[in-house]
Amino acid sequence: MTPATLHALRAARDAERPVALATRLADGAQVLLPGGTAPPGVADAAADAIDRDESAVVELDGQSWFIHVHAPAYRLVIVGAVHIAQALAGLAGALGYRIVVVDPRRPFNSAERFPGVERMQDWPDQALEALGPDRRTAVVALTHDPKLDDPALDRALRSPAAFIGALGSRRSQAARLARLAELGHDAAALARVRGPVGLPIGAVSAPEIALSIMAEIVAVRRHSALGVRG
Amino acid sequence: MTDTEDMLTTASDWFEQEGAVALATVVRTWGSSPRQPGSQLVVAPSGRMAGSVSGGCIEVAVAEAASGVLRDGEAQLLSFGVTDERAWELGLACGGRLQVFVERIAPQVAPPTAPPIAPQIAPE
Repeated sequence: MTPATLHALRAARDAERPVALATRLADGAQVLLPGGTAPPGVADAAADAIDRDESAVVELDGQSWFIHVHAPAYRLVIVGAVHIAQALAGLAGALGYRIVVVDPRRPFNSAERFPGVERMQDWPDQALEALGPDRRTAVVALTHDPKLDDPALDRALRSPAAFIGALGSRRSQAARLARLAELGHDAAALARVRGPVGLPIGAVSAPEIALSIMAEIVAVRRHSALGVRG
Repeated sequence: MTDTEDMLTTASDWFEQEGAVALATVVRTWGSSPRQPGSQLVVAPSGRMAGSVSGGCIEVAVAEAASGVLRDGEAQLLSFGVTDERAWELGLACGGRLQVFVERIAPQVAPPTAPPIAPQIAPE
C-alpha cells in the first residue's frame, strides 16, 4: 500500500464516505473504489461489497481480489439525555459507535453530562430530520415522555434506520404503538419499534440497562437470533 | 465493520514515526475463525504491534513474516490452518483455516530509468 492510498482511506473515513480497497492478491496491486480505475468486474464487486458491508475475496478473470470494505462508524442516536443515556454513550463509544444525543432540555443535555459527545438541543423530530437515519443508524428513545419520544420514533419509522427502540414498560409500549398508529404507521412499521428496548438480562442499574440495550443493537446488527423478537 | 479497530490511524502514526509499517489483513477464513476478513494487524519495524488477525494464535508468525515484508517490500499471502505445521505448533486451536495478506506501506522509490553504471576504477 502506498502512503497516498492510506491517506485516501483515512480521508474517506473522515468524510464518512464508504469505500472499498481492492487488492490483487498475486502482486498487491491496489485500487480504491469508487473513483479509481479498476479492471472490469472489480468496480461492480466493490459496489456490491460496500452495499453488503462485507469484505471478501472475489475471483475475476482467474485473479483473486480482496475487496476490503471501509465503512464509516455505525451511528447511535440517543433521544433523551437521561442517566441511562450517559451510560449508553459510554458503552457505545467503547464499541466504536458514533453517538449523537438529542434532547431539547438544556440542563440534561449538557457538555458536562456528555463530555466529548455530539449533542443536539433541537426538538427530536427536527433533530432526526437533520440527522437522516440510514441503514447504519440505530435510534433509541429513552425519555419516557411521549412529547419527546413519539416525534423521534415517528421520524425514525419514516427512515430506513437499522434499529429503533424505546424504553418503558410493556404497557407503555402498547400505548406508544397505539399513538404511533394514529400518526399513520401500519402494523409492519410498528413491529420495528423494539420496546421495552434491550435484551432480557435482568438489568437493574443504569449501566446494566445500557448494556442490555447495546447488546440488542449488536444482536440485530450481527444478525444474531437474539435480535429477533417474537 | 471494524469500528473500534482504528488500524488506519495506528498505521499512519507509526509510518510517520518509523518511515515504514507493515499491514497484515485477514482475507479468507474457513471453518471457525475468531477474526473476520478485513481484520488487521499493524507491525512496525521497531517490532511493536497493534490489532489482531486471530485470537492470538498466529500473530507471532505473522509479525515474523511482516519483518521480512518490511525488509524487502514484497507483499506475501500467508496461509494458516490445521494442516499447516507451523500454525499447528503455534496452536491454532480453533481448528479454522485462514489466509493473511501482508504488505508494506513505504514511500515509493522511483524505478531507475537506466541500469546503474558500475563505478569505474580509474587507471593509475
